[in-house]
Amino acid sequence: MENQKIFDEMWGTEDSLREPYRKFQTWFDSEDPARLRKKQRDAEELFRLTGITFNVYGKAEAEERLIPFDIVPRIISGSEWFRLSRGIEQRVRAINAFLHDIYHKQEIVKAGRIPKEMISQNEAFLPHMIGVEPPGGVYTHIVGIDLVRTGPGEFFVLEDNARTPSGVSYMLENRETMLQMFPELFSQNRVQPVSNYPTDLRRSLAACAPPACEGKPVVAVLTPGIYNSAYFEHAFLADKMGVELVEGHDLRVVDGRVAMRTTRGYRPIDVLYRRVDDEYLDPLNFNPDSALGVPGIMDVYRAGGITIANAPGTGISDDKAIYSYMPEIVEFYTGERPLLQNVQTWRCSEPDALAYVLDNLEELVVKEVHGSGGYGMLIGPTATKKDLAAFRRKLKARPGNYIAQPTLALSTVPIFSRAGLSPRHVDLRPFVLCSPGKVDITPGGLTRVALKKGSLVVNSSQGGGTKDTWVLED
Amino acid sequence: MRLTIHHTTRYSFDNPVPFGLQQLRKTPKSTPNQHILEWHTRIIGGQKELVFEDHHNNVIELISFEPGVETLELVSEGRVELNDTHGVVGRHRGPAPLWLYARPTQLTEARAGVRDMIRDLDDRNTVDMLHTLSARIRSKVTYEIGVSQPDWSAEDVIKAGGGVCQDHAHVFIACARQMGFAARYVSGYLLLDDRTTQDAMHAWAEAHVEGLGWVGFDVSNGISPDTRYVRVATGLDYSDAAPVSGMRMGDAGEALNVQIQVAQQ
Repeated sequence: MENQKIFDEMWGTEDSLREPYRKFQTWFDSEDPARLRKKQRDAEELFRLTGITFNVYGKAEAEERLIPFDIVPRIISGSEWFRLSRGIEQRVRAINAFLHDIYHKQEIVKAGRIPKEMISQNEAFLPHMIGVEPPGGVYTHIVGIDLVRTGPGEFFVLEDNARTPSGVSYMLENRETMLQMFPELFSQNRVQPVSNYPTDLRRSLAACAPPACEGKPVVAVLTPGIYNSAYFEHAFLADKMGVELVEGHDLRVVDGRVAMRTTRGYRPIDVLYRRVDDEYLDPLNFNPDSALGVPGIMDVYRAGGITIANAPGTGISDDKAIYSYMPEIVEFYTGERPLLQNVQTWRCSEPDALAYVLDNLEELVVKEVHGSGGYGMLIGPTATKKDLAAFRRKLKARPGNYIAQPTLALSTVPIFSRAGLSPRHVDLRPFVLCSPGKVDITPGGLTRVALKKGSLVVNSSQGGGTKDTWVLED
Repeated sequence: MRLTIHHTTRYSFDNPVPFGLQQLRKTPKSTPNQHILEWHTRIIGGQKELVFEDHHNNVIELISFEPGVETLELVSEGRVELNDTHGVVGRHRGPAPLWLYARPTQLTEARAGVRDMIRDLDDRNTVDMLHTLSARIRSKVTYEIGVSQPDWSAEDVIKAGGGVCQDHAHVFIACARQMGFAARYVSGYLLLDDRTTQDAMHAWAEAHVEGLGWVGFDVSNGISPDTRYVRVATGLDYSDAAPVSGMRMGDAGEALNVQIQVAQQ
């Protein structure tokens, strides 16, 4: 990895200013660093006032923390974005076709393109979804595709988040903050807006209303409650969409529908944007101990009385072992070559792959198949001898639980540090909305940045920050 | 053969129940060998919220309790016509893939007891082998009411050496899956020779045999189902096919009374 040239999105590999950053650089050079430092502090104060915080799991107390925000925008040209968004759209369409197939005829398995065991032995496969036709044919109403970049035109998909991707509130708040702090930047640069997202989300959800819906679809956001790490986002999205924010105990099956308690009795919900995991969604059908869900909601769903967004069981498509088959999945359902590349992936369930991974552990990233949030992962090049030995044991004990990938030379974007502009590694999570026959991608997305020099872990739970992400009008 | 069936489930709660939901799996399946001539469900003390077909093609009715209910009565009744198929249900009809029925579940886990049960079975003829297995289970697990608990696994049942039809079915399913067959649980009605009134539904198992499709095995009676058997609900184990499953609020205790009448028309 040390030998690879790191691509900096502002300066390229040869230290020459890239076009999308030209106007920004001129502005930056004319600014007084002291003023910028004050602005950086103001921005953080603004976040604190808005209440954008998150809880870190695994801490002794549910400690609330602010995700650090960096004022240097990440800038993508219109033509770069055009190519990227075509690839994202293709991938998301393939994911939906895959989900329909997996919960119906399983043609992809019959065709031998995916081994049966990848589905039949997969904990993310949800039998209750077999034979269900989700309203509008949409499984993944909201998707967050995690991308990394290694060169001017080289983007790789790191992860498909097809369950309940979070982070969109940061995308919106980051832009809002930048507009307040630096309005002049937005008159100098033609930045494509992201503020339509809540309107688009509401329209997109309403377009997937179930057969039982009469009149204008009623949409609501289901949150696990204030102790959830993303509660702020749930409340934020409900507020911006102008819909009710509800918890499980506000809902009940009434006259064959899922209805919410109001001051004037129960009112049926047509589309529920739920931020509660499948397991906790329905104590009658899934985990009986769950107090977060709605008993019987799956029955109402199967009977056509409600739309659940995202559909239950979508985890089978963003599982890390399935990920390695995404190129086949895209080709199988679209008949096209994949426009977006996958990162090379070794499935440790395969003996040859496991042997390779054990031999080259120092150079690889090892992830848990069902893990997320940067937990339970090993980054070979920066791991201690002790970590490596521990992972060797884990891999041998439960090889099927892990995949491994090469350490990619992630691109950098400068952050504003004491020393001025300093490069830090980034990733990108664009947010995708699916409605019948339509895929909407908000230009940009959430850029996460590893604030520690040289670090490749961008997760907010592991000390990452965020940036505003610009897509320019070319 | 035409059967008339009458099935009443009555719950008496010792305190009013503010809210409750129940899934009923009491409607017989409509299949080429089994025609539903007539079928009704009546609910006293609750209302039918909806009806749907689940991934095992079971008809499920979702029932909600009347607020403050103290007695809930669920009555299912109707007439069914059956053709004799000598226990062969036939080819697998989705929507669930066949492999789903080959996976062990908690109630059909296979450990030493199951491995012992399937040891040295003569496998020259598959159907004969499964009949031998059924007979072996019947001889090692005596039919006896009150020995087993509803949440016992196949291993628990083998260890105790006794159980009821549900337990026999679980042991058979666990053994069949361990041998690589797809197998499933069936709950249904059975016409008895000596009486019409019964106090529980019957249960048996089906294994998927190459060439024949699903074949039924009633371990408790040592035969394959014939026209006296009405298939109602199927699933991976009892939890998928239970006649009634549900949840309710409050801490009221309940008394359950089941009355089933199966008679030839």
